[in-house]
Amino acid sequence: MNKAEILVIGSGPAGLKASLSAADQGAGVTLVERDPFLGGQLVKQTHMFFGSKEQYASERGFKIAEKLTAAAEEHPGVRVLKGAAALGYYDDNVVTLELKGRVLPVSYDAMIMATGAQENTLMFPNCDLPGIYGAGAVQTLMNVYGVLPGKRVAMLGAGNIGVIVSYQLLQAGVEVPAIIEAAPEIGAYHVHASKVRRMGVPIYTSQTVVSAHGSDALEKIIMVELDDSWQPVPDTERELDVDVLCIAVGLTPLTEILFQAGCEIAYIPELGGHVPRRSAVMETSVANIYIAGDVSGIEEASAAMVEGTIAGLTAAFNLGYGRDSYEQKIAAANLELDALRKGPTGEKIRTGLQNLKKTGEVRQ
Amino acid sequence: MRIQVHPILEFKKGKKISFTYDGITVEGYEGEPIAAALHAAGVRVLSHSRNFKRPRGFWCAIGNCSSCNMRVNGIPNVRTCVEPLQDGMTVETQQGRGVIGGVPGE
Ligand SMILES: Cc1cc2nc3c(=O)[nH]c(=O)nc-3n(C[C@H](O)[C@H](O)[C@H](O)COP(=O)(O)OP(=O)(O)OC[C@H]3O[C@@H](n4cnc5c(N)ncnc54)[C@H](O)[C@@H]3O)c2cc1C
Ligand code: FES
Repeated sequence: MNKAEILVIGSGPAGLKASLSAADQGAGVTLVERDPFLGGQLVKQTHMFFGSKEQYASERGFKIAEKLTAAAEEHPGVRVLKGAAALGYYDDNVVTLELKGRVLPVSYDAMIMATGAQENTLMFPNCDLPGIYGAGAVQTLMNVYGVLPGKRVAMLGAGNIGVIVSYQLLQAGVEVPAIIEAAPEIGAYHVHASKVRRMGVPIYTSQTVVSAHGSDALEKIIMVELDDSWQPVPDTERELDVDVLCIAVGLTPLTEILFQAGCEIAYIPELGGHVPRRSAVMETSVANIYIAGDVSGIEEASAAMVEGTIAGLTAAFNLGYGRDSYEQKIAAANLELDALRKGPTGEKIRTGLQNLKKTGEVRQ
Repeated sequence: MRIQVHPILEFKKGKKISFTYDGITVEGYEGEPIAAALHAAGVRVLSHSRNFKRPRGFWCAIGNCSSCNMRVNGIPNVRTCVEPLQDGMTVETQQGRGVIGGVPGE
């Protein structure tokens, strides 16, 4: 059977940093990615990042992906398997992969799950019409493959993803007649929101989509205003002709394999739903299984990188690598995380992490 | 519809190739997902729901949801949003659950 000392699943910012930090400590890493390329969400992000220098602030996401990918592919301690999807967990530390149409079992000493998240759907009549796509899906189609999703695209959700993807649609030459947000306030960073507004895109708060119409594919949506208790206001329905509606109403962590491995899971809405319980250094309730990035709670690429570093260092430490530098490196990473999570934008994640902690200690 | 010029990105496309979609010849670029090539050619309906036969297009574009399943070279349930396009492929709209290895699904 194939053997990996540390098996890292998923090569977004979390998985890449986890691989690099563990390999730098001397551990042997096998990094598995189902896409034919590394980088996860970063490869589709054309905008510049916030945060500090450690997390590559003011660099564009896809440029960060290029740097980290090169570092991982050149690192003698990292073996990269692309086009390999992890399928399931088996007893005795075995995970099966699908690689080129074959099933490949791999055993590991430690595993770091960095599978990221999937987009939430929203229910309304005809919400399954072709032309109603996840915002991330549109971003992939457009920024990775250079294919336009449509001519006139409405966005449902004014969080960071909704607003940033709207901006990217404009960049690609697509008309965006509306960003629609059910909450009374815009969730996205205001710099991004002001930018799309300046480019002429209206952001309608306290409004939502009640139905979609079209024969074989989307032709128009019906919008409605919402009152203080999120109920539709009578006689406020109006039509909007669009051929695509992007849904950007949040993400859910991709935790299936962790469920299967028996990791204890808690339901924490602020973190995106069901998330594995874990220690301060990212170890789950099952020994030698670690998590990092969106799978441990929906946050940002910057935090995903730091969590990846922490998980990689700890997995390596517990296998006997990098004993001397561990404490110091973890302390530095924790300072970075604190800095990223401070202030009003970090409130949701802070609350979520506190609530997760209240479910009890997960190992010391 | 494809992006011709982009302020930030450059697209590295594969070789231009052709494949068939329900018997019609369509062009695309080698290695891009089948669904991306179909979308660029204006095809948005990829599958149909099992019970009510409602048209379905792609949803996630990363291989998570199965909304884009089609028959490719005779193999059913291929997630066309992640399956790389190759020259001469036969891509068909799938009826029902498909037949794997001669065993009917329904
Ligand atoms: C539009 C948009 C804008 C954003 N802007 C910012 C920003 O400005 N700043 C910021 O800090 N963050 C931003 N983010 C958030 C950031 O992209 C994510 O938080 C981050 O990518 C999460 O990293 P990750 O490594 O956990 O997951 P991902 O990047 O999602 O990577 C997960 C990887 O795992 C792979 N995978 C999943 N399942 C399997 C499996 N079974 N087998 C093998 N591989 C698997 C996936 O293919 C993927 O490559 C943005 C996100 C979006 C969508
Ligand atoms: S669109 Fe979701 S699997 Fe293809």
